[in-house]
Amino acid sequence: MAIDTQVRPSARTAPSRPWRKVSRRRRKDTIAAVIFLSPQLFGLIVFMLGPLGFALYLAFSHWDGFGTATFAGLSNFTELFDNPRIQRSAINTVWFTVLQVPGVMVTAFLFALFMQKAGKMTSVYRLGFVAPVVTSSVAVATIWLYLFNPDISPVNTALKAIGLPAPNWLQDPSFIIPSFAIVGIWQGLGYQLVMFMAGLQSIGASYLEAAELDGCSAWQKLRHVTVPLLSPTILFLSITSIIGSFQVFDYIYVFMDTNAPDEARTIVYEIVQMAFREFNFGAASALAFLLFLVLLGVTGLQMAAQKRWVHYAE
Amino acid sequence: MSAFTDTATRSPETQLRRRPVRPAKLALHFALVVCAVLMALPFLWMMFSSFKPLDEIFRQPPALLPENWTTEGYQKAFEGADFVRGFWNSTYIAVTVTALSLLTSAMAAYAFARIDFRGSRTLFMVFLATMMVPGQLTIIPLYIIMGWLGWIDTPLSLIIPSSLFSAFGVFLMRQYIKGIPRELEEAAELDGASKFRIFTTMILPLLRTPLTALGIFTFLGQWNNFFGPLIFLNSDANFTLPLLVNQFKGQYGADWTALMSATTLVAAPLLIIFAVAQRQIVDGIALSGSKS
Repeated sequence: MAIDTQVRPSARTAPSRPWRKVSRRRRKDTIAAVIFLSPQLFGLIVFMLGPLGFALYLAFSHWDGFGTATFAGLSNFTELFDNPRIQRSAINTVWFTVLQVPGVMVTAFLFALFMQKAGKMTSVYRLGFVAPVVTSSVAVATIWLYLFNPDISPVNTALKAIGLPAPNWLQDPSFIIPSFAIVGIWQGLGYQLVMFMAGLQSIGASYLEAAELDGCSAWQKLRHVTVPLLSPTILFLSITSIIGSFQVFDYIYVFMDTNAPDEARTIVYEIVQMAFREFNFGAASALAFLLFLVLLGVTGLQMAAQKRWVHYAE
Repeated sequence: MSAFTDTATRSPETQLRRRPVRPAKLALHFALVVCAVLMALPFLWMMFSSFKPLDEIFRQPPALLPENWTTEGYQKAFEGADFVRGFWNSTYIAVTVTALSLLTSAMAAYAFARIDFRGSRTLFMVFLATMMVPGQLTIIPLYIIMGWLGWIDTPLSLIIPSSLFSAFGVFLMRQYIKGIPRELEEAAELDGASKFRIFTTMILPLLRTPLTALGIFTFLGQWNNFFGPLIFLNSDANFTLPLLVNQFKGQYGADWTALMSATTLVAAPLLIIFAVAQRQIVDGIALSGSKS
């Protein structure tokens, strides 16, 4: 997590040299820097900062892509807040995040603990967990479209066989978002597993051995040694996975195409529908901005709270 | 990043204390085997279903293995959509973006890590800050810009932005270059070597590991990308594999053997790459987090 932004003091000045020589060298350096930076700098301006400013402009305009845009004030935003479908999408998005993020993190953490003890076989077991990570979300969703179809799903057959109710996953309104979360957990598990295992790897055996000598139980070791030492990894994963799950889109689009019921819609789905089907660029940009602000806020809160629980080694 | 394969190094005492096979260990391995197979089961289901005749899909209770193996599904898949073309489109975009973005990211990272110029820190902070911007916010203006450029429905709309801007790539490479000892470069500079010479002959070769990791990530991201192509591409001939499968699903929705064949066609290349290069991919994932 430590981002090294310090400029090395020794590189900055060379006081013993004549002024002119330093300045000439500095100019040469600046020219070199500009050349090295130019492709990414061009990209930053044309494909990031420009569009960002443009999006801000659109959020306060009425425009359908043709003719001239007119100033809309805050009307795009008020329109969003008054729209019950958007409110429902926001709730759906949060519900998905609440199910998926802890679901992935807890299972990935537990499996990492177990895998760590599996010795040489780890790389074999890992194949099963990481395979969904490298697979396209469209392929993943298509497979689950099959597994969620109550008429042919082996999952439902298995559930019925052990006497559990077999839901109609993608039709029953109360099961739609949990279904998305199941797919999200299945696909996201391997990534976090690898991260947690790398984190566990970096915990020195000496800490755990010291705790053992002090007579700590397995639970105490986990609670007071492993978890605190893994806290930077936990923070990183919780930030990135919350950001990711707030942007869930692919699964829904593959499952439902353009006619998802209100119970299935998420914020990004709404943004895409508004922008590219209704060509309401203003309201779509306004909603995307709200999403950005929420993500900034949530990440900011996590960064502010980290002092209370994140421990950095050294 | 040496290994996940061996557990943390044991002190000699604990090694002596270790008994050959304990029932707890056996139970652990059994549980992990079951879970790993469960995780892989959806893929196995997809693959075996693609070789079933359609009536076996609807048979109750469903069986994993086909009774009568058939390639009917694949024939229908190739008739229904041009997957060869899609494969080419996906590969062309993913390979071009990966090559260009590795180069531009490493170049910018070198400037940030090694050249002292005014505004370096601020500019780097701007790069970092853009990582927070969700893609959905910029895609609407980008769509309009692509329209002005006449790039809608061309691979350029996907290749150029990703090749010329990657905040994550610049960040990752900069962290790496910062970690390389500076002495050699300083010596070369005193000998009159230019920054370009130092970059190409000294820095780039040392970046092999992180560039491989970033390359794998970039390739995976591009190959699997659905959102960008969905917005920018609209004619079948330009479709990438994920778009083709999604479209195929709309047409052959109830024909599960054909649909599972199409899905297998999309998933298989990456699953094969993954099986071959598991080590590099896993190390790459771990590395992407450790430098952040």
